[in-house]
Amino acid sequence: MSVPARTDPGQPTGGPPIVGSVPAMTAPPTTSRHDWRSALADLSGGWGQRSLWGHLGWQDIRQRYRRSVLGPIWITISMAVTAVALGILYAGLFGNDLSVQLPYILVGFIVWAFISGCITEGADVFIANEGLIKHLPAPLSVHVYRLVWRQSLFFAHNLIVYLIMLLVFPQPLDWSVLLALPAFLLLAVNGAWVAMLFGIVTTRFRDLNPITQSIVQLMFFLTPIVWMYQDLLNSSNPTIADRARLAEFNPFLHFIEVIRQPLLGQDVVWRHWVVVLGITVVGWVMCLVVLRRYRSRVSYWV
Amino acid sequence: MNVSETASRVSISTQNASVDFPIFDARSRSLKKTIMGMVGGNISTTEGKVPVIEALRDITMHLEHGARVGLVGHNGAGKSTLLRLLSGIYEPTRGEASINGRVAPVFDLGVGMDPEISGFENIIIRGLFLGMTRKQMEERIDDIAAFTELGDFLSMPLRTYSTGMRVRLALGVVTSIDPEILLLDEGIGAVDAAFLEKSKRRLSDLVDRAGLLVFASHSDEFLRELCDTAIWMEHGQIKLQGDLEDVLRAYKGQPA
Repeated sequence: MSVPARTDPGQPTGGPPIVGSVPAMTAPPTTSRHDWRSALADLSGGWGQRSLWGHLGWQDIRQRYRRSVLGPIWITISMAVTAVALGILYAGLFGNDLSVQLPYILVGFIVWAFISGCITEGADVFIANEGLIKHLPAPLSVHVYRLVWRQSLFFAHNLIVYLIMLLVFPQPLDWSVLLALPAFLLLAVNGAWVAMLFGIVTTRFRDLNPITQSIVQLMFFLTPIVWMYQDLLNSSNPTIADRARLAEFNPFLHFIEVIRQPLLGQDVVWRHWVVVLGITVVGWVMCLVVLRRYRSRVSYWV
Repeated sequence: MNVSETASRVSISTQNASVDFPIFDARSRSLKKTIMGMVGGNISTTEGKVPVIEALRDITMHLEHGARVGLVGHNGAGKSTLLRLLSGIYEPTRGEASINGRVAPVFDLGVGMDPEISGFENIIIRGLFLGMTRKQMEERIDDIAAFTELGDFLSMPLRTYSTGMRVRLALGVVTSIDPEILLLDEGIGAVDAAFLEKSKRRLSDLVDRAGLLVFASHSDEFLRELCDTAIWMEHGQIKLQGDLEDVLRAYKGQPA
């Protein structure tokens, strides 16, 4: 394969490349290609290649546990170990009953694993697929769907732990448990815009990648996953109750709650659903604006 | 797909298409620098600018169904970049390019191959990457297996293969597809002579099936076998476009 012009400007036979300069973030001068249709065509074209990313998503999971005897069941086991250990630890620390603390931590953890996976891997989605992007004219969304699909498979594996937990600590489930399904779909739809948006922006500005990783780690502690913010809200100490109210400003709280409440048989608070739907709409609008403007630049940036 | 329908549809046309690569160094890739550049005002005229390399300039061509085009030119003349422009991977930064038809780019035989999975699985995946469906690939798998002569090795992980065996596998898949637009970059080597003869036949069958071929190569022999017209690239521009023999003569005739 011959080397593209840009990588060997010094070749004596190739002649000097023409070097000029353009402003850092300006779009290419032609505007006709930056239309909504091509952005939407990217999303629907990628969807049309379901068999490809469906297969690759599975492949990614099997790849990770290749040659291990238990294979992907390790996902389930490690989640079980983490949740049980943290459940016992925090039940002791907060003085809660294990039958309350453990299911709470477990469900929170499973949802968080999905959210953080979509964000941290999303920030890397195009950089990691550089080879494919430079060799195959596939829609960008293929890589995004593959990522969300892979995370969904992880989620499904982790759900096994939840089912086992139900046997040990039965929850007061009712019809509302069915809400977990649309809630998860909403989560996946949000995972897609996050991966697409973060993916494009970090491909251009590589510094954002480590920043994203740190923020996600920080958000784990700021989000009520191991601590119960309902308890803090009802705290007798007014300062603590006040501070707990700040947690409402954390968008992740709402995403966790829309799934956790139905799965633990708690009363569904519709406020969380409204916030999540709002974020979904705003997020997709941002994503489409960026996709429309910079979709064609990603192959130049990777 | 029937031929007349394909014929009316398959085409590539570009109008003054240029491809400029921004060359980001660590500083200009950082958001901090860009933001501070906005606030700080003009320290120098080049601040906040990214140097670009113009890899392709003013490429104007129109290829229809049936075109068999060879690409010649020195290393770094823009052949590979041109193929990527024609495949739609790079959209032109200036000018226009429109591509109608299903593109099968074959630039790197190894791309999309996973060393940890078996040869059979790699055949399927590679086919999916080239725009085939799983079913189509399953129909072709016996044919590919026979062509590669790899036998039982196809159930082994790809990492156990020698380089030559990998090339056989990749060539087997690539030559089994039915593309509308076939873009070939050279890199077909590392196989023994007998196999090369066999793959040439298969390659020319593939080219016959394809609606449109653009083939970058340094081998006159291969070019004569597969192409009838040619484009000579130099310094990212089309230097000459026309009959294969004329272009080859002009290309070889000029002092290097």
